[in-house]
Amino acid sequence: MSPERKDILFGPLSKNNPVIVLVLGICSALAVTAQLKPALVMGVSVTVVVAFSNVIISLLRNTIPSRIRIIVQLVVVAALVIIVEQILKAYAYEVWGQLSVYIGLIITNCILMGRLEAFALGNGPFDSFLDGIGNGLGYTAILVIVAFFRELLGSGALLGFHIIPQSFYDAGYMNNGLMIMPPMALIVVGCIIWVHRSINKDLQEK
Amino acid sequence: MNKNSNVYTFIYASVMVIIVAAALAFVNGSLKDKQKKNVEIDKMSQILKSVKINSPLSEAEARYGETIVSSYLIDAQGKTVSQDAAEAFALDMSKEVLKPAAERRLPVYEALIDGQKKYIIPLYGAGLWGPIWGYISLESDGNTVYAATFSHEGETPGLGAEITTAKFQEQFSGKHVFQQQQFRSLAVLKAGHKADNQDAVDAISGGTVTSRGVETMLFDCLSAYEAFLKGLQAAPAVEQATENNENEQANVEE
Repeated sequence: MSPERKDILFGPLSKNNPVIVLVLGICSALAVTAQLKPALVMGVSVTVVVAFSNVIISLLRNTIPSRIRIIVQLVVVAALVIIVEQILKAYAYEVWGQLSVYIGLIITNCILMGRLEAFALGNGPFDSFLDGIGNGLGYTAILVIVAFFRELLGSGALLGFHIIPQSFYDAGYMNNGLMIMPPMALIVVGCIIWVHRSINKDLQEK
Repeated sequence: MNKNSNVYTFIYASVMVIIVAAALAFVNGSLKDKQKKNVEIDKMSQILKSVKINSPLSEAEARYGETIVSSYLIDAQGKTVSQDAAEAFALDMSKEVLKPAAERRLPVYEALIDGQKKYIIPLYGAGLWGPIWGYISLESDGNTVYAATFSHEGETPGLGAEITTAKFQEQFSGKHVFQQQQFRSLAVLKAGHKADNQDAVDAISGGTVTSRGVETMLFDCLSAYEAFLKGLQAAPAVEQATENNENEQANVEE
């Protein structure tokens, strides 16, 4: 794989991360990160939708009339989201129940429109696919980190399994109820951005 | 071809919409049966929850078959109108509650827990933002609540949505829907308050409208079963339960 393609695929994991560098898709990062499982499912769903909508728009890019291109993008994204929702409802009903509202919100996830406008309209299908996968994974990575801290500190569990031993609770340890609330997701994202910027000095604004 | 002409744009949009609509219709059609099955299994697991059985969805169908020994439809006089279990299971409560109580068809699910019969009654009502529903199970004395479970469509998380928590639902166990042979339903009251002539549970703080919705739903749905429940109370087969009732009456008289 050429260095450019590697950059397309792996760049969004760190230097071009959609959540902590481009600050896209923040609302869903707050909504589904109280536990790891919905965060993972949301990440996978967004990855699938962004990759395939990128490919479809990239294939159509030379035919799309520029005056209705946003509408075309929205129709493609909405159709894919509905298909993902239908499949989840048929094969992962519990997850569907947890995510029900947020699946619909994928349509308005800024990462999708951002990648379609910025990348897929100007690049070939394979590059666009890699870009979609990369951005989806970058988004998933942040969601998983946030959900890890929120579930561990808020519920004392990971993926629903209790991690913090009972002896801690007996000794007076308490789950932090604030971690379950959406504001803490924002604060955790802020901390991740802080750590990330202090490692990557070139990202710091002067 | 001029891609910015009106004709091109118009044709492009039309073709795109037709293709997308066809694709979505195909997906919906091919997954419909599986989705319907999931909804049914979810309902079974909710019914099981009302008799304190928490089973994962994958096992709900089997556990339901073991636990629910019969289900049937009755009318407001307490007479059985249909013995068809499938019909009783599939009955759409959201339509039934709109009818006057006398015309409703009322499902009853009988569960056998440790050799004891429990009668499960479905509930359906309105919360703050949308419908709320649930199942309440009564002991064979037709008076004592064994357990209850509630679900909702879109109540506020952290406030009204708290009706789905064990903390709220566990309060219902052991409460009585009849007081001195009179149907009284259950009250959902601000924590610490007591109702006259009525058993009460604590409402959700901050979820006043939803809590009131639960109270209204309990009264509305249970009152239609009054004749049926009185029939259960009169039945001589449940001696132990009757004794309990007498004891309570004695307490009241004191």
